[in-house]
Amino acid sequence: MKKTFKLEDLDCANCAAKMQNAIEKLDGVKSVTISFMTQRMTLEADDAAFESVLTAAQKVIKKIEPDCIIVR
Amino acid sequence: MKYRLSKKEKRIGLRILLSLAAFIVVFAVDKSIDLASSVGGKLGWLLPFFLYLAIYIAIGCDVLYRAARNIAHGQVFDENFLMCVATLGAFALAIFRGVTGQEIEGFDEACAVLLFYQVGEFFQRYATGKSRKSISALMDIRPDSANVIRGGETVEVSPDEVHIGETIVINPGEKVPLDGVCISGTSSLDLKALTGETLPSPIAQGGKVISGSVNLEGKIEVQVEKEFYDSTVSKILELVENAADKKSKAENFITKFARYYTPTVVICALLLAVIPGAITDDWAGWIYRALSFLVVSCPCALVISIPLSFFAGIGAASRYGILIKGSNYLEKFSKANIFVFDKTGTLTKGNFAVTAVTPADRCEEILRLAAICEQGLSHPIATSIVECYKNEFGADIPSNYSIKNEAGFGVVASCEDEVLLAGNAKLMRQYGINCDATTDAGTTVYVAKNGALIGTILIEDELKSDSPALIGALNGMGAKTVMLTGDSEAVAAKVASATGISKYHASLLPADKVSKVEELLAEKGKNDVLCFVGDGINDAPVLMRSDIGIAMGGVGSDAAIEASDIVLMQDDLNGIPLAKRIARRTMNIVTENIVFSLAVKVAILILSALGITNMWIAVFGDVGVAILAILNAMRVGLKYNTDKK
Repeated sequence: MKKTFKLEDLDCANCAAKMQNAIEKLDGVKSVTISFMTQRMTLEADDAAFESVLTAAQKVIKKIEPDCIIVR
Repeated sequence: MKYRLSKKEKRIGLRILLSLAAFIVVFAVDKSIDLASSVGGKLGWLLPFFLYLAIYIAIGCDVLYRAARNIAHGQVFDENFLMCVATLGAFALAIFRGVTGQEIEGFDEACAVLLFYQVGEFFQRYATGKSRKSISALMDIRPDSANVIRGGETVEVSPDEVHIGETIVINPGEKVPLDGVCISGTSSLDLKALTGETLPSPIAQGGKVISGSVNLEGKIEVQVEKEFYDSTVSKILELVENAADKKSKAENFITKFARYYTPTVVICALLLAVIPGAITDDWAGWIYRALSFLVVSCPCALVISIPLSFFAGIGAASRYGILIKGSNYLEKFSKANIFVFDKTGTLTKGNFAVTAVTPADRCEEILRLAAICEQGLSHPIATSIVECYKNEFGADIPSNYSIKNEAGFGVVASCEDEVLLAGNAKLMRQYGINCDATTDAGTTVYVAKNGALIGTILIEDELKSDSPALIGALNGMGAKTVMLTGDSEAVAAKVASATGISKYHASLLPADKVSKVEELLAEKGKNDVLCFVGDGINDAPVLMRSDIGIAMGGVGSDAAIEASDIVLMQDDLNGIPLAKRIARRTMNIVTENIVFSLAVKVAILILSALGITNMWIAVFGDVGVAILAILNAMRVGLKYNTDKK
C-alpha cells in the first residue's frame, strides 16, 4: 500500500532528509519520500503492518523535529 | 498571494526585536563607558557578563532547549547544538579572560552571533514558506466541492462523493470538479490553470467539460463521466505533487554531501582546536578559530535552495501548461539536444483538409459532386470534403442519391441517369476513365460524372502554423531535429522542407518508430539527450523509450500523461522552447547556488583557520548565504517571455 500524508510544521529541509533516511531503515518500509517543498510524505509499506509502520515513522519524525506531526 | 506569519513566527519575531533592542543598548553603553572598568576591581567583568548573559538567554533559550532535547535523542550534529557550542564556547573564552584579568571582550560577540543566527533563521523560514506557498498556489487547481443534483435538489458534496452518471451544476466563477459532458446551458471555460491558454473556450450542450477549468459566464449542468480520482484534475495534481519526489542528480548530490559535510567540519574544528593549541599553547586563540568552524558547519543553504529551485522551475512551467514529471527530467531536459518529432498531430494538425481543387474555375461543382458522394461517411477524407463544401459554399448537399461505398477505392453515387464517382485513380480506371496519376504530396480524390473526369481535389494534412518557427528555434539552439512518419516519402519531404527539419524517416510503421528511436539512441553521444515529441496517440512506447518523452495536447489523454515525462497541456509547440528556457534557467541557478554557497563556506573556513575572520563573518556564512541562495532560487519563477503575442 502506498499512501501520501501531509506533514505539519516541517520546518527544516535538512531534517526532512534525515527523517527520510531514518524511516527508510524501519522494518516493513518499502519506500518513503519526504518532500520538504510540498510538506508531504509518501510511504509505501506492507498492508498488514501499515499502521504500525506509520506509528514508528511518527516516532522517528518526533525525534528529529519534535513539533512535526503526520496528519492522518 | 499573501503569506501570513503564523502565531509562532510572530512570537519569534517579537522576541528577536526586543532582544536586538536590548543588545544595542547594552552594547552602546558598554562601548562608550566600558562597563567593566566603571565598576572597577577584579570582578568588574561580572557586570557586562550578566547583562549579556540575560540577552543571550532571552534570544537563545529555544535554541538551547532544542539542542539539549536533540542531544537526548542522539542527534549530535544538529545545527542548534553546534550553534550553542560555538556561542557558549565564545562565552566561556570571555569568562576565562575576565577571570584571568585580561581585557574584557567576547561577550558581545557571542550574543550577536546567536542574535544574527536567529534573525537569519527567521528570514530563512519566512522566505522558504513564502516561496513554497506562492509556488503551490500556482499549482492549486483542486476543487473544494461539487453541487450535485440528487432527488431534485442541489446538494453540495465533496467531489469524491459524486459518481459516474450523476448531474452536477457549475455556477459561474466555480471550478469544474469532475470531467463530464455539458447537458444544458452555455458558457465559456477558463483553462488557464490547466493549459496556460489565456483565451476562454466556449462550451455548449454536448461539449466536453474538463475538471480544473473555471466556469466563467453561465450556469451549466454537467453529466459526470469520470470518478474524481480518475478526473483530469486529480491526475494532474498527483503528477505535480509527485514531481518533487523524483529527485535530480543535483539534489541527490546535495543530500549526500550534507550527510558528510557537518561531521567533517566538526572533526576539523576539533583538530584545529587541539593540535595547534597544544603546540603553540595559545588555547584561547585556536579554540576561538575552531568555534567559527562550527558556525558554518550547517549545510542549510544548499539543502533548502536546490530543491526549492527545482520546485520553482516545475511550478513556473506548470503556469504555462507544461507539466514536468520530476526534477530529474527538468535537469535532463536542460541538456536536450536531439529532438525527434512524430509528424502527424505534432508538426501537422493531424486533420485532413482540402488544399487545392483543379481546375479551380469549376471548384464549386467539383466539391459539390464530391460532397454528394462522401456525405455520411466517417473517413477523415470524406469529412474534410463535406466540411470544406459547407464552409465555402454553405449550401445543402442533395441527399437523393443512392450511395455505394467501394472500400479502398472510393464512392459511387447514382440518381436516375446520373452516375457520380469520387475516389482514387484505381476507381477511375475500373470505370474506364483515363486519368494521370499525380505526384502531389497528399491524397488526390478524382471526381467524375457520367464517365467523364471533371476534376481533382487535393487533400493534405495541414502544417501547424508554429512548426517552422519551432524547428527554426531548435536548430538555432544547435539541436538536431529528426522527423518520423508513417506517410510516404513525398509527404515527408514536403513537411521537412516546409519546417526546415534536418532529417526525416518516412514510411515507418508504428513498430518501426520504436526501432528507429533505438537506433538514434544507440548513435548519440554520451552527453546527448534525445527527446521524442508526439501527440500521445499510438506512440506511447516511443515516448517511454526515449530519454525524455514529450506528449502534446495532454488534456484528456491519460495514455499520453502516463507514458511521457513532460506533458504540454496545450496543443502548442511553443511550449518546447519555453520549457527548455525554464529548464536552462533552473539549472543555471542551481549551479550558481551550489558554487556560491560552497565557495563562501570554504572561504570562511580557510579564513577562520588562519584567524583572519571572526564569528560575525561566520554567521553570515551560515544564514546569510542561505537567504541569498533562497532569493536566487526564486528567480526561477520570474516571468518568461512566451513569444506568442
